[in-house]
Amino acid sequence: MPQVTYTDHTGASRTVAANVGDSVMETAVRNGVPGIVAECGGSLSCATCHVYVDPTALDRLPPPEEMEDEMLWGAADERRDTSRLSCQLKVTEGCDLHVTTPTTQV
Amino acid sequence: MADGLLIIGSSQAGVSLATSLRALGHDEPITLLGDENHRPYQRPALSKEWLQGEITNEKLMFRTQEYWAEHRIDVVKNERIIRIDKNDDGSGVAHSMSGADFPFDRLALAVGARARRLLLDGVDLPGVLYLRNADDALELKARVPGVREAVVIGGGFIGLEAAASLARMGRSVTLIEAAPRLVPRAVGEQTSAHLLAHHRAAGLDILLGASVRRIVPRGDRVGGVELADGRVISADLVLVGVGVIPNTELAESIGLVCDNGIRVDESALASDGVTVAVGDCANLPNPVPGAPEGDRVRFESVNNAIEQAKVAAYAITGRREEYAGIPWFWSNQGTIKLQIAGLSTGHDRTLVRADPERGKHSVLYYRGDRILAADCVNSPLDFMAVRSALSKGQFIPYDAAGDPSVQLKSVTVDPAALVAAD
Repeated sequence: MPQVTYTDHTGASRTVAANVGDSVMETAVRNGVPGIVAECGGSLSCATCHVYVDPTALDRLPPPEEMEDEMLWGAADERRDTSRLSCQLKVTEGCDLHVTTPTTQV
Repeated sequence: MADGLLIIGSSQAGVSLATSLRALGHDEPITLLGDENHRPYQRPALSKEWLQGEITNEKLMFRTQEYWAEHRIDVVKNERIIRIDKNDDGSGVAHSMSGADFPFDRLALAVGARARRLLLDGVDLPGVLYLRNADDALELKARVPGVREAVVIGGGFIGLEAAASLARMGRSVTLIEAAPRLVPRAVGEQTSAHLLAHHRAAGLDILLGASVRRIVPRGDRVGGVELADGRVISADLVLVGVGVIPNTELAESIGLVCDNGIRVDESALASDGVTVAVGDCANLPNPVPGAPEGDRVRFESVNNAIEQAKVAAYAITGRREEYAGIPWFWSNQGTIKLQIAGLSTGHDRTLVRADPERGKHSVLYYRGDRILAADCVNSPLDFMAVRSALSKGQFIPYDAAGDPSVQLKSVTVDPAALVAAD
């Protein structure tokens, strides 16, 4: 199973085995990883699953669509080049991922 | 404290209360009890992505089994509480229909609301459905393959979401709303008009100001809907979405004050000062900063369930926090993404920002110079800007907000800046 590593703003990390096809958000929430709120359950309505993606992985991910891009401008914490909504990031076979959660989601 | 907290209701509010307590380090036993024969699951997708087969059952689950076990949250399924004995100190025993007893040191009611039933001839015919929980949704989904013509009664969020989903699944859909406009309780007239035009263009047949006289049989099952004017609309499926009623019976039986929900204070405590009530069943002081003194509300939203549960978790762990925040809501209807920030109650003027080519349409609600709320269709930038301004107490000046090519975020100002400019 692919592994997703979540590092919070204090530097604490947790690695979770993820199902292929699940989103990075779902993997976090179902396993109780703090730092991702995901109020809307992945329907791209709330921007409370904001993460910073490891820059080396950025090119491997499909770019954000317009709706995600617009939502990201309203995320509670600073938007960076590596910002994504984790509900839109699907876990793929053989592709481990490392994301950092922001200081706040709301 | 051997029995710990009993949370009755394992949907969004109950789950959020349990997980918030563990996140705060609360160490006492927690029992999370639901009356459905399903693990705790999320409801919003039932009328949308799940119904259309875009996501699996597993995606609806709140947490893994491992999470519940690791966090020592005892998840109980399929137990309906019918009677509660409660002592003055807030402890007691809840009795279920199956005969099981659930003792508690403290009680939390996250009992939600139920679909309001139509009281008309024919409503008990097979093929007349409601959509509130997973079993409702499973029945609906199982029937869709055999459906050609569907009638949806009720033009609120659930009705429109389901109607749009059924239409996308290739069914002919007629939606009937008794009011003269769509979603009359939750959005303003301009948004209603926009939704109407969009859904009609997308193929929904929508009848406004139409009341249903009875459900007409065809053989031993549903065959159509007869309107007050005598017209009959043929249907092999009727879905009713005419609002919900808060489940207050248990609360009333233990003497808690109820009035359109279980009355709670800013900390989600009911009238006995001990029992907690959260989510759709709770009637709470309006949490919007600056709301009129004494104004009370009851929300049916994920956002409220989560935020109120957090405050309740603080109260249970001995920290008194007052629930303050900007309510927000969403509804996905076919290709429409509607996001609402704030409460428009008491507005005296509105402003429309529209970009028809891109399907964007926002309505901003003002009282004087102060923005109160916004209904945003396919306009996440506007939604996020208004939500952010409201939560920070900032202003979006009316005169600067009308040009849809100007981002609201760029014209948002602190009240102090306005005073300085005068």
